[in-house]
Amino acid sequence: MITCSEATRQLWEYLDATADEATREAIEEHLSRCRACCGELEFARELRRFLASSAHDEVPDGVLRRLNDTLEELGP
Amino acid sequence: MSVSLVDVETVDDGADQAERFRTLAREQLPKLYSIARRLVGGDAEDAVQDCLLRAFQRFGQLREAAAGPAWLTRILINGCRDRGRAIGRSPKQVELDEVEEFSLFRKIAYEDPFPYSDSLHLDFLDEFGSEDVRAVIMELPMLYRIPVVLVYMDGYLAREVANMLDIPLGTVLARLHRGRKLFEKQLWDYADTNGLLRRATR
Repeated sequence: MITCSEATRQLWEYLDATADEATREAIEEHLSRCRACCGELEFARELRRFLASSAHDEVPDGVLRRLNDTLEELGP
Repeated sequence: MSVSLVDVETVDDGADQAERFRTLAREQLPKLYSIARRLVGGDAEDAVQDCLLRAFQRFGQLREAAAGPAWLTRILINGCRDRGRAIGRSPKQVELDEVEEFSLFRKIAYEDPFPYSDSLHLDFLDEFGSEDVRAVIMELPMLYRIPVVLVYMDGYLAREVANMLDIPLGTVLARLHRGRKLFEKQLWDYADTNGLLRRATR
């Protein structure tokens, strides 16, 4: 069985589905026996949601106008 | 008049090409600006302007209309990367070996900054406003900032980022791993040095 340190180091790869099959199985086996690492996993999920929800910046009106002006000036 | 992007290989006059480019670029402006804000902060407008000019010059090289959005993003990312080099931003040097073993989950549990909370970790994240998150992201070296922003904030797949940056998938995955670790460590350091934890314990 892998250690907590080994499991937590690869939790994001596990969530991203970029961990290989053997790693995924080892993590799942570890999680089935380790409550502390389940907490780490849940927090990793929250952190991903946190990052995704911080994603969007509105374009300020002045910036949008200037960028559109640039586009209008492009031509053959 | 709205012009649809159907087949950019079609030979036509420059006016049509310019109109097709404008249509593509207008659709993508919000996304391009949003990515640029997180990669180069206050230089975002200049970065998008540069991207539009470079992309227009190369628009004839775009082979498939469907690839247009990713192609524009790629030009933006490469421009942001060059811009980061040119202005010589030097984010904090971080001891990467130390960061490798850092766990924000354990750090929050150990330091217990919210003694009366029954959702300690969520309360920690709730202390961060969007400007705080932006500041933490800007502390990441550009090498790690690009994959972290594209994958975890904008929803690109790691292999799409590998294609955009012309680097192997394994390199992107390694940078994502280290970038996440740095991000976790810098979230804590930022909260600690900017009074977010003191605010929470009042």
